[in-house]
Amino acid sequence: MPLKYLKKSELNQWVVTLLKENGRKFYGPKEKNGFFDFDEIGDASELRLDYDTTVIPPKKYFQPPQELMLKFKTGGADYENVIDKTPFVLFGVHPYDIIAINQMDKIFSMENRDEHYLARREASVLVGVDVETVSANHFAGSMGTSIAKTGWDVLLTKINGGYLVQSGNPKGEKLMASIAGGEKGTNEQLAEREKIWLDNCAAMRKHELKCAPEDLHAFLEKGYNHPIWEEKARLCFSCGSCNLVCPTCYCFDVQDDVAWDTKCGTRCRSWDGCLLKDFATVTGGHNFRKRKADRYRHRFYRKGKYVPEKMGEIACVGCGRCIKACVSNIANPVEVYNRLVEA
Amino acid sequence: MIKVKPQIQNHPGRPVPPKGDVYLPQAATIVKKQPMTALDCFFEFKMDSGKELGHQPGQFVEISVAGWGEAPISISSSPTHKGVFQMVIRKVGSVTTALHDLKVGDKVGIRGPYGTVFPVATDLKGKAVLFIAGGIGLVPLRSAINYCLDNRKDYGDISILFGARTPDDRLFVDELEAWRLRKDLTFIETVDQGRGSWKGNVGLITTLIPKVCLNTEHTATVICGPPVMYKFVIKELMKMHVPHRSIYVSLERRMKCGVGKCGHCQMNGVYVCQEGPVFKQEDILDVQEAI
Repeated sequence: MPLKYLKKSELNQWVVTLLKENGRKFYGPKEKNGFFDFDEIGDASELRLDYDTTVIPPKKYFQPPQELMLKFKTGGADYENVIDKTPFVLFGVHPYDIIAINQMDKIFSMENRDEHYLARREASVLVGVDVETVSANHFAGSMGTSIAKTGWDVLLTKINGGYLVQSGNPKGEKLMASIAGGEKGTNEQLAEREKIWLDNCAAMRKHELKCAPEDLHAFLEKGYNHPIWEEKARLCFSCGSCNLVCPTCYCFDVQDDVAWDTKCGTRCRSWDGCLLKDFATVTGGHNFRKRKADRYRHRFYRKGKYVPEKMGEIACVGCGRCIKACVSNIANPVEVYNRLVEA
Repeated sequence: MIKVKPQIQNHPGRPVPPKGDVYLPQAATIVKKQPMTALDCFFEFKMDSGKELGHQPGQFVEISVAGWGEAPISISSSPTHKGVFQMVIRKVGSVTTALHDLKVGDKVGIRGPYGTVFPVATDLKGKAVLFIAGGIGLVPLRSAINYCLDNRKDYGDISILFGARTPDDRLFVDELEAWRLRKDLTFIETVDQGRGSWKGNVGLITTLIPKVCLNTEHTATVICGPPVMYKFVIKELMKMHVPHRSIYVSLERRMKCGVGKCGHCQMNGVYVCQEGPVFKQEDILDVQEAI
């Protein structure tokens, strides 16, 4: 697969070229009021590949917070599905987020394929970038998710002031075809990248998990009645922030909306969170997860046991977003899992 | 890599997932509508495609009223009843209220059928069957009961226990009466609170269980009722040494998407919309959130 080395200016030029492409959107990390977030990039200078982590994970481009699924006319059963195939480049995704996206791909393509998610995914080109700035809460090194050797279409790694650019598949190759200039990447540069990977794996351990990630399952098997669930949940506001910022949370709610003239409407799905009070409430009012501690525990079990039992990987990628988002400071998965390990 | 756990699948005949957009409802028309109690209304539907719904007893559909949304409702008719399918819908939320406002000839959207089935065509065959229905739990059970009655010779003794809150909350009263008169089944019912001219049993459904004669080795028990009921009914069955492997339960959860994605119906790691709603009790003993 093509391997190129681009100087900073050449990479910039490539981004300028991609931005000029008609009909294809371009999203990347940019700074907003002192935070980083993925957004549409208007000018190449806005792109901040040196970001530490974004507030909201890039899942929003595949499963938007508010997603139009169906259109209908009221007073009948005349439904038309809406599949969004707008092509886009998602540029500058960190390895842990790439791994999370690949996990979502598995979930949404399992039996009962989710055509809405998969169409967006299909329409995207995923350009990864190895982490340049480690955030205060990154623990991807602990989770084995600080590097993604596959799962991207193109991977960028900052080396000696420039970028090593590799394509992982024909889709990435096609994107790289628009690079003007640059040199052919060398084996030395690949070795350099290996070193960066090792460094990142060591540095992205702001919280150190005291067991191998694949052993978490066994500790969760034993920890269902551990006192930590009550102890931490007492401080939980049930706000669901930890769910919203999580790159592997994909639960959703579905609602109908009617236009002002009441003649037609839309069915939309939106992000939901298992920490929210009424997540498991059925019509009539029975709440199957009424206690805060039960909801709090559910999240950690989903990440470490339930979802892994479905698709084979730990559904926590160590981005650390929940740690920052939680006002009560109780969302740190490593802290919770370590308590179970020590028990 | 973590070892992927196989889904709980004790019932054969799970439908093949549909091709195309799993969230797109198909049109169906209301062909019959009949109020049953103050809150419950009986509906009969026909798919506009002219095809059978293709369900088995125990399954549910996601029913849509455009502009109001979608709700999971179990099917009350037996698949032996061809051409149409029936539901009893309790008016409790916005979608169900909108459904109650519809008339014969109006259209609804249908997705499904979804979920596992009461194993009437497999495990239950050749066995005595004890049905225990609490309140609106009779609605999904009726599908299995009528299937068994339509294939009566395939089963041993059939017993039906039904408990309603009050005499006014009894569903399918004509059918209850017909069951009572049949010689080839045992039907016993009770109400939690007797009222008016009620001369029947008064008491919780658990009080009926000792009244049936159980050959525990050869009887399958099928339970459906409100969430609180299962624990007490199963406790009562345990007293009679009924093994977990011959108890089937149909569990209610918030099955928003019906296709194992949205997360709302999960009890621990189990997606009730896919791996349930019908479970063999034996398979969910280690699912803490189940019963």
